[in-house]
Amino acid sequence: MIDKTCETLERAVADIHDGATVMIGGFGNAGMPSSLIDALIAHGARELTIVNNNAGNGDTGLAALIKAKRVKKIVCSFPRQSDSWHFDALYRAGEIELELTPQGNLAERIRAAGAGIGGFFTPTGYGTLLAEGKETRVIDGRNYVFETPIHADFALIKALRGDRWGNLVYRKTARNFGPIMAMAAKTTIAQVADIVPLGELDPEAIVTPGIFVQRVVKEAA
Amino acid sequence: MSTRFTRDQMAARVAQDIPEGAYVNLGIGLPTKVANYLPPEREVFLHSENGLLGMGPAPAPGEEDEDLINAGKQPVTLLEGGAYFHHADSFAMMRGGHLDICVLGAFQVSQQGDLANWHTGAPDAIPAVGGAMDLAIGAKQVFVMMEHQTKTGESKVVERCTYPLTGLGCVSRIYTDLAVLDVTPAGLRVREMAPGLTLADLQAVTAAPLLPPAE
Repeated sequence: MIDKTCETLERAVADIHDGATVMIGGFGNAGMPSSLIDALIAHGARELTIVNNNAGNGDTGLAALIKAKRVKKIVCSFPRQSDSWHFDALYRAGEIELELTPQGNLAERIRAAGAGIGGFFTPTGYGTLLAEGKETRVIDGRNYVFETPIHADFALIKALRGDRWGNLVYRKTARNFGPIMAMAAKTTIAQVADIVPLGELDPEAIVTPGIFVQRVVKEAA
Repeated sequence: MSTRFTRDQMAARVAQDIPEGAYVNLGIGLPTKVANYLPPEREVFLHSENGLLGMGPAPAPGEEDEDLINAGKQPVTLLEGGAYFHHADSFAMMRGGHLDICVLGAFQVSQQGDLANWHTGAPDAIPAVGGAMDLAIGAKQVFVMMEHQTKTGESKVVERCTYPLTGLGCVSRIYTDLAVLDVTPAGLRVREMAPGLTLADLQAVTAAPLLPPAE
């Protein structure tokens, strides 16, 4: 019997190694897998490359991981916010590397990795600082920039419900990066509010099919 | 003596140009105000790039849901018929040309419609771009809403942008506190001016040549 559910958050993140590339779902705090991040901080992996839209808000979740100095590099679209003080301090001190990418390019680079695409030409960013040094091409009279896929060793995402095959449904705008990060990582770990019996999720409404998910774990109470 | 359009008048003016049935993204800041001036009987689909279509107004106090937010991370509501989707789909809606209109703020817009709105270029600034570049090139029409001049009186409408660019030749119309300008192949054409303002007055505070209103 296939059972992708994990007994504990601790076990779910136990093999995340130093130097791993880890995608973390969420847009701000919506969809942020805080239970898994807390478990990752306790686990202790260092020198991580993190892929997220932001660079942490306030003092919890991704911000706490950054504060604990576990992050070597962050790939994101919008690091600077009114409450991104932990990132700001380390960035100004030269202790964290930033790869800034337009938000839609970030999403499509993640999607491309999950879909087996070796890169793509996008009009976003053409002629700007963020396209400097990148290959360009004119296609049907329009200018495009070449962008590469972003692969990851692990993805930590948050969903509403999951079953033992790894099928997931999300809640409202907390869905954001979850479905595409699940596709792009070698190992996807989903924290869910509820683990439900197989068959309970409506197959017409499953957003992430279990093929993209390796572990499902219940979030901390 | 001329008067300036207030921020609310600017928002109401932009709202006039948004027809029923349009798929629209309102950027963070001043553009968000446009929603307040869309008449309730006009069905307009508001898109928020974090993953929703059919965005409704802010919830009543106490009704906020941390899983239901807009691109500015503010709590919002979903209208009946609205939908949620993931980020790659959301940006496909932009990049794929499915959005009719997006309304953005700006630091500068050039006479060719180049847009600068993401970065001041200050050496100590931490850069952050978010969806600005995707919005700039994605929608069928890009409307910019901004003050005509900076706080120190410099024109934000320019011949060439001096701030780092967000997108090239992407702006179709500019709404300021002094005028509404169309970006045309011939240059910037004045569409409307604040009451009491002459073309000469407007030109005097605009750092790019202006064409008179079409007859």
